[in-house]
Amino acid sequence: MAGFLSSSIGKKFLMSLSGLFLILFLAVHATLNSLLLVGPEAYNEAANFMATNPFIKVMEPILALGFIIHIVYALILEVSNMGKVGPVGYKMAKRSHQSTWSSRNMIYLGLIILTFLVIHLANFFWKVKFGGAPEIEGTNMHDTYKLVTDLFKSSLIIDIIYLIGAIALGLHLHHALWSAFQTLGWSNDRWRKIWSVIGDIYAIVIAMIFGLIPLYFYFIN
Amino acid sequence: MANKTINIKLRVWRQNGPSDKGHFETYELNDVPTAASFLEMMDLLNEKLINEGKDPVAFDHDCREGICGACSMYINGRAHGPDTGITTCQLHMRLFKDGETITVEPWRAKAFPVIKDLMVDRSALDEIIKAGGYISVNTGGAPDANTIPIPKDVAERAFDAANCIGCGACVATCKNHSAMLFVAAKVSHLALLPQGQVEAERRAKAMIAKMDELGFGTCSNTGACEVECPKGISISFIAKLNREYLKANLIP
Repeated sequence: MAGFLSSSIGKKFLMSLSGLFLILFLAVHATLNSLLLVGPEAYNEAANFMATNPFIKVMEPILALGFIIHIVYALILEVSNMGKVGPVGYKMAKRSHQSTWSSRNMIYLGLIILTFLVIHLANFFWKVKFGGAPEIEGTNMHDTYKLVTDLFKSSLIIDIIYLIGAIALGLHLHHALWSAFQTLGWSNDRWRKIWSVIGDIYAIVIAMIFGLIPLYFYFIN
Repeated sequence: MANKTINIKLRVWRQNGPSDKGHFETYELNDVPTAASFLEMMDLLNEKLINEGKDPVAFDHDCREGICGACSMYINGRAHGPDTGITTCQLHMRLFKDGETITVEPWRAKAFPVIKDLMVDRSALDEIIKAGGYISVNTGGAPDANTIPIPKDVAERAFDAANCIGCGACVATCKNHSAMLFVAAKVSHLALLPQGQVEAERRAKAMIAKMDELGFGTCSNTGACEVECPKGISISFIAKLNREYLKANLIP
C-alpha cells in the first residue's frame, strides 16, 4: 500500500478521490448559498442547522483533510513534473492545439482558488467561529445573513474578488470531473464524453451561483 | 503539380553531443519540391551542407513508411509537424508555404537525452518494455489459427492498442513528459487478449514502477498525447491502464 501511494498513479488516485469529495462539497455549499436569494430567515435557519448538526461537525475536519490532501498532492506532483522537462524546453510549442487551457493550468487555477479560500475563510468562517459575527437579537444564533450581505453590499472590490474566485473555480472544474474518473479508470470513449458534459454543466452552475450572488447584493438588493 | 517547388527557411536545433549546450542554426533551402516528404527535404538540406563542407544535421530515420517511429522531430511546435496521424516521413512539404520559416527541434524530455542535433535516445521506452511488456507464460507450440476464440470487438481493441510504434511523440508532447499513453497501449493490448491476461497485474505494476523510475512525469489528463499520436491511440487506454493498476494494487 505504501508503494502504491508513492507511485505516480497512486498519487493521482488521491488527487481524484479528494477532488470528487470537494466537488460534492461544492454542491452542498452552492445549495446553501442560493438560500441567500430566498431571504434572511431561510438562510439563517440553514446556516444554524449546518453549525449545529452533528453530522456536519464530523464532516468538518474530514473536509479540511480533503482540501489538504488535494493541495499537498497537487504541489508534490507539480514540483516532480517540473523536473521532467530536461535541460532545454521547446522554442515553439502549439499547446493550444493539443489540449485545453484549463487542463494545462490546473495548478495556477488551484493556487488562485487557494488564495481566495484564505480570504473567504477570514471573511466568514473565522468571524463565526472566533467572534465578530452579528447575532440575532433574543437568540444565541448568528445572523449570518447580515454578515454575508453586509460584506457584499459594502465593497465592489470584495465582490470582484469573489467573482474572480468563482471564475477560477469554474475553469478548474472544467478539467475536474472527467479527469477524476479517468484516473479512477471509470472512463472510455463514451463515458469520457458523458463525464465532460456533466462536468461542464456543473462548472457553469457552480461558478454562476458563487460569482453572481455577491454582485446581486451590491447592484440589485 | 508534380514539379511545384517552394523556398523555405529552416531554424534547426544543432547540438554536438549530449553534454553540448546546443543552439538554433538557420538555413535557407530553395527549390524544394512540394511532393517531397519532410525527411527527403532534410536529405536535400544535408546534401547542400555536405557540398558546402559543413556538418550535416543528424536525424533518426529507418523505414520511411510510417511504422518505425524513429523520426523524432518537433516541427513548428508539434510532434511530427502540422498534420495528424503521421510520422515525420509521411509529412509532406505541400503543407508548408513558400517563404515559410520552419522550426525543427528534437523531442525534449528529461527521459530522452539528445544524442546529436535532432536524434534523441529513446531507450527508456525499451526499458519499460523490458520491465514487463511481454508474455512469459509458456504458450506451447504454434496452435492452429483461431483455436482460442476471441470476440471480434476485443480483437479490434487489442489491435488498436498494438498499433503503438513507440515513437515517443506522446512523451515529447506531454507537458509533464509522461509516458502514460505508451505504457497504456502496451499494457492494454496484452491485457485484452487471453495469453496476456495471466500476467496483467504483474505487468501493470512493473511497467508503471519502471516508468516512474526513469524520469517520466505523471499524467495530468490534458489529452495532448492522443492528439499527436501518429497511430491514433486513444486516452481511453490510459483509463484502462489506471483500472489495471488500481485492480492490481487495491483488490487483494
